Amino acid sequence: MTEIQLDPGIDRKIDTSAMKVTDEVAIQITGMNKWYGSFHVLRDINMTVNRGERIVICGPSGSGKSTLIRCINRLEEHQAGQIIVDGTELSGDLKNIDKVRSEVGMVFQHFNLFPHLTILENCTLAPIWVRKVPKREAEETAMHFLEKVKIPEQANKFPGQLSGGQQQRVAIARSLCMKPRIMLFDEPTSALDPEMIKEVLDTMIALAEEGMTMLCVTHEMGFAQAVANRVIFMDQGQIVEQNEPREFFNNPQSDRTKLFLSQILGH
Amino acid sequence: MSDTHAQTVAYVRNEMLAPSDPPLREAGAVKWLRENLFSGALNTILTLASLLVIWYALAAIGPWLLNSVWSAGSLAECRAILDGTSGACFSVITDRWHQLLFGFYPPQHYWRPVLALALLFAALAPVLFPALPRKLMIFTAVYPFIGYHLLWGGSVWFPVSVALGFVAGYLAYVLLARVSTLIAVFGAILAPVFWWAFAAGAFDQTMSSILPLGLEFVRSDRFGGFLISLIIGISGISLSLPIGILLALGRQSDMVFLKSVCVVVIEFIRGVPLITLLFTASLLLNYFLPPGTTFDLILRVIIMVTLFASAYMAEVIRGGLAALPKGQYEAADALGLNYWKAQRLIIMPQALKISIPGIVNTFIGLFKDTTLVVFIGLLDPIGLSNAIRADTNWNGIYWELFIFIAALFFIFCFGMSRYSMYLERRLKTDHK
Repeated sequence: MTEIQLDPGIDRKIDTSAMKVTDEVAIQITGMNKWYGSFHVLRDINMTVNRGERIVICGPSGSGKSTLIRCINRLEEHQAGQIIVDGTELSGDLKNIDKVRSEVGMVFQHFNLFPHLTILENCTLAPIWVRKVPKREAEETAMHFLEKVKIPEQANKFPGQLSGGQQQRVAIARSLCMKPRIMLFDEPTSALDPEMIKEVLDTMIALAEEGMTMLCVTHEMGFAQAVANRVIFMDQGQIVEQNEPREFFNNPQSDRTKLFLSQILGH
Repeated sequence: MSDTHAQTVAYVRNEMLAPSDPPLREAGAVKWLRENLFSGALNTILTLASLLVIWYALAAIGPWLLNSVWSAGSLAECRAILDGTSGACFSVITDRWHQLLFGFYPPQHYWRPVLALALLFAALAPVLFPALPRKLMIFTAVYPFIGYHLLWGGSVWFPVSVALGFVAGYLAYVLLARVSTLIAVFGAILAPVFWWAFAAGAFDQTMSSILPLGLEFVRSDRFGGFLISLIIGISGISLSLPIGILLALGRQSDMVFLKSVCVVVIEFIRGVPLITLLFTASLLLNYFLPPGTTFDLILRVIIMVTLFASAYMAEVIRGGLAALPKGQYEAADALGLNYWKAQRLIIMPQALKISIPGIVNTFIGLFKDTTLVVFIGLLDPIGLSNAIRADTNWNGIYWELFIFIAALFFIFCFGMSRYSMYLERRLKTDHK
């Protein structure tokens, strides 16, 4: 059997030296269930994410993968079970929610930049108002991260003047300005043209190379194979299969996974 | 090779074409006329018909305006000067302009409303033009008290004692904020209430006896003319926006009781005519107040007009809120901004921007609706025009008075409209 080799989507070689999975638990989800009305959208989710892990969550649309990562920073409320992020349990307690949200960065499919603020203001807003960082310092941090995502020259433009790929990179920089310990990506490349997907993936890979704990909902299987240490396949609101990427792609166990992979990889 | 044939597929251009001028009929005045005035049979007819209408209007009004009399003492004198020709008698304005502007405000004190208006523009400037230094906002915050004192006069310690209530609220908030935000908010509400209820009166009296400073008191029934329109209009405008925002947010709230209260207030006030609210203010409100309380009529009218405009404002802003994509709320949440910070920094700036045309529409409507106070006996410009006609000298004069009043309102309303267009251009960041 020939091993499946996917295109990671970037031209350079990936430096894996700093990608280390530690024993420290970053996210602990036990027996979590969620309903939309009477629709059981997430069913008995159990997962542990260690610090330094890079997890790709995939699955057909409507499988609950976005809902799952949105529960991790409480954009969605779960009705049963437990979610503990960095030692803080997510419940109705607003203080805990704010604490978790300022520790966890999130990147959305549609970027969700603030259109009335410049790129720099987008990046400094939360540090100034949530972290109480002095304006000067927040701007320096913002410029540092804008350089990292390779668009410092756009700092004084408005989001509407940027291309989709640039906007998504700004969105990543905006999250990083809060110095998060965990990053969530909710289909970050799904709304982008093919040539822009590459620049966003490049940014995400660079982040992984620095050892960031990442959870990505994505259909970029090349990225999953190159960067992830674990791939989770979801269907009908439950985790169907999870494995390290090599095994996952070459030797899927469940029929649902096989079907999904054959559709998405075109083999 | 200059032409391609459908049957030959391969084609290579050897020389590039230089740009050339458009044909004559596609440029200049001819093009403009053709496109904008005579671009078809129907449009040509419409152009000619419009020209005809404009001509008739000018022919009717022009001579009447140009042939106007500015220096007669009565309508009869005007007619004598005009000697049967058609002409306007603007002498009534030169004779009575001070009444139309100030009502029965004592003439020796005219400088006070004029100064109040000038200072109003100074107070508005930093709100309207963000290029000005933010420190000027301090003057904006103090202006209501200065404005009140200039217009009504009386002891200077009365507005000072009222202002101190706000200072007390601010201090309470700052001191208690270290303990908890919720307690601080309660403190900020309770401290001024206690101050006004128990301490402000005594403070006013003691200070007035120690240091009797102040301007001559002018009773509210001396106020009139455009002055009263401006007082009611500007108070209503500046109060209805924040109240409207709070009502709109309340209506969107998840808290059931808060939401129902806001819905009931908005729907009730929107559902009744302004004139009934004004009658309530002038006639009925006194029955509900403890006997012996004097509650200024202008103040009562301001409250009713504000409530009325706030209900409309709330719905206009709700439209702006509804137009915002859900992603904006989620992004604000995901960054850890709490409800009020998200509202203030992310949601409101965008929702208000979307609602600018509706907000200014409500402002203009409110300002013009102030003329309805004539029905409860306040002498606004319309009321005064009746009073002026009651004088035998000017009995029977209508057009000239109404043109003058219309011009006054038009200047302010047109100004608001222009400013809103400037604001929309300035806030345009979507680059579409």
